[in-house]
Amino acid sequence: MLRSQGLTPLATDLDPSRVAPRCAGTVTRALRPFLHGRRGILACLCMASVVLLAPDAAVGGTETHPEADRSLRAPATWQLPSVPQVMRVLSLRDYNTRVVVVGTMLLGAGAGIIGTFLLLRKRALMADALSHAALPGIALAFIVLEAAGLSGKSRFGLLSGALVFGAAGVGAVLMIRRWTRVKEDAALAIVLSVFFGLGVALLGVIQRMATGNAAGLEAFIYGKTASMLFSDAVWIGAVAGVVMVVCGMFFKEFTLLCFDQDFAGTQGRSGLLLDTLMLGLAVLITVIGLQAVGLILIVALLVIPPAAARFWTHRLPVMAVIAAGFGALSGLLGASVSALAPRLPAGAIIILVAALLFGVSLLFAPARGFLSTAWQRFRLERKVGQQHVLRALFESGEPLVQQAQGKPGAAAAAGPVPFAALLAQRSWSPATLRRLLAAARRAGLTRRDGDDAYHLTDAGLAAARRAVRNHRLWELYLLTHAEVATSHVDHNADALEDVLDPTLVAQLEETLAAQHPHLAAATGPAGEGPAVAAAVPPSPHRLPGQGAQDVPAGRAGNVSGRR
Amino acid sequence: MIDTHAATDVTSTDTPAVSRGGLPLDRVPLAVHDLTVAYYRKPVLWDVDFEAPEGKLIAIVGPNGAGKSTLIKAALDLVPRTSGRVLFYGKPYRRQRQLIGYVPQRESVDWDFPVTALDVVVMGRYGQVGWCRPVGRQHREAARAALEHVGMGDFAGRQISQLSGGQQQRVFLARALAQDARLYFMDEPFAGVDAATEKAIVRILHELRSGGRTVIAVHHDLQTVPEYFDHVLLVNLRVVAAGPTASTFTSENLQKTFGGRLTLLDQAAHALASRR
Ligand SMILES: Nc1ncnc2c1ncn2[C@@H]1O[C@H](COP(=O)(O)OP(=O)(O)OP(=O)(O)O)[C@@H](O)[C@H]1O
Ligand SMILES: [Mg+2]
Repeated sequence: MLRSQGLTPLATDLDPSRVAPRCAGTVTRALRPFLHGRRGILACLCMASVVLLAPDAAVGGTETHPEADRSLRAPATWQLPSVPQVMRVLSLRDYNTRVVVVGTMLLGAGAGIIGTFLLLRKRALMADALSHAALPGIALAFIVLEAAGLSGKSRFGLLSGALVFGAAGVGAVLMIRRWTRVKEDAALAIVLSVFFGLGVALLGVIQRMATGNAAGLEAFIYGKTASMLFSDAVWIGAVAGVVMVVCGMFFKEFTLLCFDQDFAGTQGRSGLLLDTLMLGLAVLITVIGLQAVGLILIVALLVIPPAAARFWTHRLPVMAVIAAGFGALSGLLGASVSALAPRLPAGAIIILVAALLFGVSLLFAPARGFLSTAWQRFRLERKVGQQHVLRALFESGEPLVQQAQGKPGAAAAAGPVPFAALLAQRSWSPATLRRLLAAARRAGLTRRDGDDAYHLTDAGLAAARRAVRNHRLWELYLLTHAEVATSHVDHNADALEDVLDPTLVAQLEETLAAQHPHLAAATGPAGEGPAVAAAVPPSPHRLPGQGAQDVPAGRAGNVSGRR
Repeated sequence: MIDTHAATDVTSTDTPAVSRGGLPLDRVPLAVHDLTVAYYRKPVLWDVDFEAPEGKLIAIVGPNGAGKSTLIKAALDLVPRTSGRVLFYGKPYRRQRQLIGYVPQRESVDWDFPVTALDVVVMGRYGQVGWCRPVGRQHREAARAALEHVGMGDFAGRQISQLSGGQQQRVFLARALAQDARLYFMDEPFAGVDAATEKAIVRILHELRSGGRTVIAVHHDLQTVPEYFDHVLLVNLRVVAAGPTASTFTSENLQKTFGGRLTLLDQAAHALASRR
């Protein structure tokens, strides 16, 4: 997934042949015990990150050297980027862009994976609480560093403070939930606001200290992606790598914990331990991402890609990989866009791209997307409606049609059925029936007679016979095999043969014929395929016009929930 | 497999080797002594004393809120105990996990979770698979067999949100079967299942019993208690009575358990009468 979304071109551009084999070899060897089977995909992700970060050594970039490139990325006034600029950003030839893009992609991928578990554990907002809780940590670290006469700009110092307070925030939420009757959402709100309030107060203190160094701190609140250094990207890569490896190792434990915590306990999987591990990873990725997207927006990277990924699949491993891919893609696009338009803050763009992906998933994802569900429902309704019309027409003139079967013009034998008669057959509104009839006419299945009466065309007769036969066999099947039938009802069967084995179908047909020998027609018209050629068995219950229940319609109703 | 577990676990502990009933403790699947459980300050179970006989089907019966689920959860270390001791085959729970299967109430999980029915059943094998290791072929096969056993083989690949309530119940049962435990706790295994499924579950319980397993199940239908279960444990915040169904499941004890809920008792009386 990730590869197909842009890592491969990056890797080739950076000429990995120089460095990659060695790194990749080491990594695979180190990871082999943990990564097996479908988790190999995580190995791919890890390797990709190594491959991507490593070449900087080969290219010869150091942290200080390519500052000059920034001029390219910061034109004084905003204007549409020129084609060469776009090309340059997209091909990642520019060192700084490369660092930023790779860094945000790794951040997105790592956040996507751990976010998947947070989301499924219904802990999505935990990330929000912990990122806000990190603020006082940063401020306090700054104060301590300045007081000790060190530079308050020490990234390591500030991030340590963030880490400690982020973890403290998570701990506070868990303790409140565990030891008091306050529910988790309230606990989250309390911790988030109290810690953030403390942070804001400390920022006020810092402002009065007037050391002149405080300006950098707001990067942690709003994020400052563009100033990402190589060392930042390396740190992000390391953390993202840890997240991926640990999630890969504990994939099944995390899955179990998210699905059924109590059962995890009975399998010897301490919920507390796993929870700590999972939230610890979330703290790590949040803290490391603070500078890139800011503490207000980092939660979005943890929540939106997994939420979007959920629309595409029903399988958790796939969901995690898609979430990682979406996170990485958000990073890639967001960082690229903001490299082209430097006035736009990258953190916000990244989140907007993620939101765009979410919107696209929500609408278009085939598994659970809105449009595909709606489209499937529409098609199903149309099909069921059409079958109802065909059956109603067929059954209205059934005895005549059966007699005339196989002769030319058989369809006409039944004669036209008046609209009112059709309407009485089933509980449909006149408007619905007219709509269905019009659709059937467009499909060439029915013809209209002068005064509001209808009959089947030859094609319509074939289709109707198929539908009726199938319907009646289904009913018989449900009657005779009630105990197993429920396991098959989800199959949206155009024909019984698609679902049941042929001998059973033959058996059912025989049963029907045996029950009503006088009603069973001998042969169908030749050359219409087996389903049509087979005779239409008589209905085992009263016909719909007489108020009988309608089994396949109910069955078809179930189908919409399928898959 | 089970026997090897038992053999390695018989080595002695600081606990007395004989139960109150005079049996060696490692033959007693569950021994509860003076168990008191409280949520916050409100005790919901007082001084529960109970020993489960081996190889029997045991019903826990009591009104809503009587503490039946709590009893099971406290035994399984899922809620903290205020006081008391629980031993499984003579040892505390954490040393006997492998031997104990658990079928929680169906509502306890989010069924819109991105896993298939088979994935859920495989979870029953995790204790045997071990930390951080992939689920091997034989575990997958065992899970599939368990799913077949409960008549859900056709649904293995189905996402769990697309299962009906009774089917979900059977998936949970299959998960416990896959674990191949010696003692099973089932919290309302018959809740919301149709008659045929109920019969199927009863058949499985009987198979478990003939395999020497012990099943302790919360059961709400008083009419079927005598038919399905060998022993009963009548609970209402405390143990009202415990013992073989024939001698314990009497209208007098039921009266003590359910108080004046006469309609229930009448039903039960009918059930008893029709058995005689
Ligand atoms: N998590 C909890 N926090 C506080 N009180 C609880 C909690 N769970 C249960 N209780 C209380 O403990 C008592 C026993 O609950 P329990 O779930 O054990 O009942 P039960 O016998 O299983 O009932 P039911 O037949 O309805 O399942 C009830 O009064 C309930 O209100
Ligand atoms: Mg209960």
